[in-house]
Amino acid sequence: MIRQDYNRIDPKRRSTLDHKKKQFATPTYKQQEYPHRLNLYEIPPTAEITLEQFEQWAIDRLRILAELEACSFRNKTLTETAAYITPLLQKWLPLHSNSSSSAGAQDENLKLERQKDHYSHFILRLAFSSTEDLRRRFARIECSLFKLRFQNDDARERQAFVESLQLDWEVVSEEEKRTLATDLQNATPGLRKQEVEEGGWFKVDFETVPELVESRRVFLKRGKAYVPVREQMSMVLAGFNERVDKGLELAARALPRLDEDDRLTPILNHLSRNFATPDSTLSDSDSALPGAPINAASIDHLSQHFPLCMRNLYMTLRKNSHLKHFGRLQYTLFLKGIGLTLEDCLIFWRQAFKLITDDTFNKEYRYNVRHAYGEVGGDATRRGRGYSPFSCQKILTEHPPGSGESHGCPYRHFSADNLTTLLQTTGVNDRDVLRGVKEDVEKKRYHIACNRVFDWYVHF
Amino acid sequence: MPHSTVTDPVAPSSPTEEDSVLPDAPPHAVDEVKEEREEADENEQEDGDTIREAPKADVKLEDIFNDDDEDDDEFSSSGAATAKVESSPPAAPLQLAPAAKYTDPEVMLAFYQRLFPFRYLFQWLNHSMKPSNDFGHREFAFTLQNDAYLRYQSFPTGDLLRKDILRLNPSRFEIGPVYTANPRDRKTLRKSTAFRPIAKELVFDIDLTDYDEIRTCCDKANICHKCWSFVTMAIKVVDAALREDFGFEHIMWVYSGRRGAHAWISDKRARNMDDQKRKALAGYLELIKGGAQSGKRVNVKRPLHPHLARSLDILKDHFQRDILEDQDPWAEPQKAERLLQLLPDKALNDALRKKWDTAPGRSSTSKWADIDALAKSGASKTLDGKALLDAKQDIVLEYTYPRLDVEVSKKQIHLLKSPFVIHPKTGRVCVPIDTRRLAKFDPLGVPTVTELLGEIDEYDGRDLREEGEGKKAQDYEKTSLKPYVDYFRSYVAGLLKDEKGVKREREDDDAMEF
Ligand SMILES: [Zn+2]
Repeated sequence: MIRQDYNRIDPKRRSTLDHKKKQFATPTYKQQEYPHRLNLYEIPPTAEITLEQFEQWAIDRLRILAELEACSFRNKTLTETAAYITPLLQKWLPLHSNSSSSAGAQDENLKLERQKDHYSHFILRLAFSSTEDLRRRFARIECSLFKLRFQNDDARERQAFVESLQLDWEVVSEEEKRTLATDLQNATPGLRKQEVEEGGWFKVDFETVPELVESRRVFLKRGKAYVPVREQMSMVLAGFNERVDKGLELAARALPRLDEDDRLTPILNHLSRNFATPDSTLSDSDSALPGAPINAASIDHLSQHFPLCMRNLYMTLRKNSHLKHFGRLQYTLFLKGIGLTLEDCLIFWRQAFKLITDDTFNKEYRYNVRHAYGEVGGDATRRGRGYSPFSCQKILTEHPPGSGESHGCPYRHFSADNLTTLLQTTGVNDRDVLRGVKEDVEKKRYHIACNRVFDWYVHF
Repeated sequence: MPHSTVTDPVAPSSPTEEDSVLPDAPPHAVDEVKEEREEADENEQEDGDTIREAPKADVKLEDIFNDDDEDDDEFSSSGAATAKVESSPPAAPLQLAPAAKYTDPEVMLAFYQRLFPFRYLFQWLNHSMKPSNDFGHREFAFTLQNDAYLRYQSFPTGDLLRKDILRLNPSRFEIGPVYTANPRDRKTLRKSTAFRPIAKELVFDIDLTDYDEIRTCCDKANICHKCWSFVTMAIKVVDAALREDFGFEHIMWVYSGRRGAHAWISDKRARNMDDQKRKALAGYLELIKGGAQSGKRVNVKRPLHPHLARSLDILKDHFQRDILEDQDPWAEPQKAERLLQLLPDKALNDALRKKWDTAPGRSSTSKWADIDALAKSGASKTLDGKALLDAKQDIVLEYTYPRLDVEVSKKQIHLLKSPFVIHPKTGRVCVPIDTRRLAKFDPLGVPTVTELLGEIDEYDGRDLREEGEGKKAQDYEKTSLKPYVDYFRSYVAGLLKDEKGVKREREDDDAMEF
């Protein structure tokens, strides 16, 4: 039964049409071979497993993904994340290299580990394919997991794995390397001159290495990217990413047909619910927070206790009697999160935009505030209570502020000098705190900087 | 038009009304939300170069708020749609009232009827003469004279597009992506995921308002020849990177009608890029990030990436002439202070400040020269020559490097104003810019629609008097629009020629396989 369901979303059917992907199209209907520890998850599982395994394996993987996502929300570095997650992986989702056993890939334990890894990925892929948001998050965390494992892999086995992928890489000739030496050197940070001349270089379509292109860390010439061997990882990652994205899309299209199977649907639903947005819990507690009620008039007073990003928005709003759209959005959702009602929020914005008429306000801004509260937009059944306040992660990573915009995180988006000035304006004059913040920010630990200031306020 | 959605973009008045817009929509379609647009605030008004984002399967709140690009008040006073148009209006002499304005519906209509190059527009978007899904599944969006906004229009052929435009007489229209299915059928598809964008030209948007903090000659919607040079510089730099680094060949630059330019890249490889790849490419070209609060705006690594080295090479002459001389950005003392902030050596800065204090109004050209002069004279004992050189390069880049509105480039689904439409505020035609004669392009000399129609009348009048024989001229040939249409035609011909090659290759490929 389960096997049939997977067959329905078999991406092979598409790939067999593409002669370039034929290497992946070997049909397998029984136990699969896992010659490598790593897996690009291109071939869906076909063997039968029990319902208990189905659920347990998925839950075990989910634990890991949830922990990984939490690490990224806390801005942990790759090394910190690896240190934190490795023991958890050992416990819930171990995956050993061939060299760990004398039997190599034939070892039964290794086979079982790899099967669990393989199946649990596909089960969660199915569970999280239902919405764009879930798909995006799933793909992102799966990529970090893959990256961690890739980095920790035994060097020789990793190389064997990479070669098995048969990616479309063309070797740069010695002569071309010589002609382009200066460009290669200048375009590729962190390479010694000798490495440029003696190291291996590949030519690939620039589309294969979006990360390198985006950060301008690669030489481009007429559509080809010139990549040193050591960047292999980012290319493999890009390939992994692309496959997961495609797989999720296929799974999403297959999902409605799964409704017929009344055994799987509840499990899948349960799994995806457990993966709900971490900050959405906030909007679930509608009941007012303890303390005095919050209304439009109390925002002025309360704003002195707001985190710096919101404080900055507040100050800009008061200064200009206006905020640009992302600022309005970030601030509206924050106000909503601290318990301001829609009515009060509308009053607040109406009063804050001193320079416009009621008519303009009603025409141009009212709708968006109502939308943020889930009053309008979408269809009524999906609308729920609108949107959750932005997480720090979102504020830090999405839509950096442009000219004249004030949203975002000051710890991240302000220059050091401007940040210090802003902090001083808000009353933070303690030299130790300011120095600490500066160091935090240099290390990109924006949360810690923010907490440091908060702690200082509390103990002040 | 059973599938078209007409919504008033300005003000939904009650929830019932909003919900009634899409009674039959699949659960994820949220068109009506997207179509709700907020009028731009006066102080953030941008060009009429509207870029809108079409709905995705899941609407994101920021997209709904993402409306500062909008500028849709042009017709707020022009009243309801008055255009009563037959399917083929008579091509009589125009005889516009002398005071006819380009916002008059009859002027727009005459323009579409007699001058708009529908044929080449079709070929450009279709990539072949024979109608295909590249055109048929392509979204068009119309802004009508009463400001209503029609999304998801599509047409099997260029002729049918023309017919509908003559019928509806939109004040402008936009071009979106090619979808997996006909946009008009999107609601009949069983699953919302079956309807998604699959291809679109790669586009770029340059707008002079993004230069307001460094341009001294004009601000907001105003432009002059001095600040147009920012656009010229941007086009040179981006065009070079697209050709030399990314290998694109079919790049068309289009004047946006007021204070900017758009690039449309039609290479097949560019059209097929997904959003992640578009984002990567935009990131590669983007240099000036961060808000007004972020201090020194350019801090690039050394050695310079070849793209930046080439850009600097293109830009340094412009810097001397277009920035130092024309913009004179540091003439006043407090502005010169901004320059000093960008320089690395305190002792040198002190010496410069002292010198400039005694010579108020010293020009930027002289001040820029003073930096090296004082550095050489040993004004600072601590001076690091390399750091100074790097800082000066960073400054050149900060004042000349293209400021792109990269959000436009990152998504397939963005809509962008079509070439050859009329900019509602200026009446100018959004003409293509011939990059071989880039320096000669004069945005203020681009013909307006009323001028063009006048030229036709004048020509026809002359023609009558002279009883001329021979081949009858097409209307556009009677006007100063001719060189732009001719350029467009030859550009499109080049694209089609290459596309044919691509198709044949593809067919060969298939043939080998089976
Ligand atoms: Zn100007």
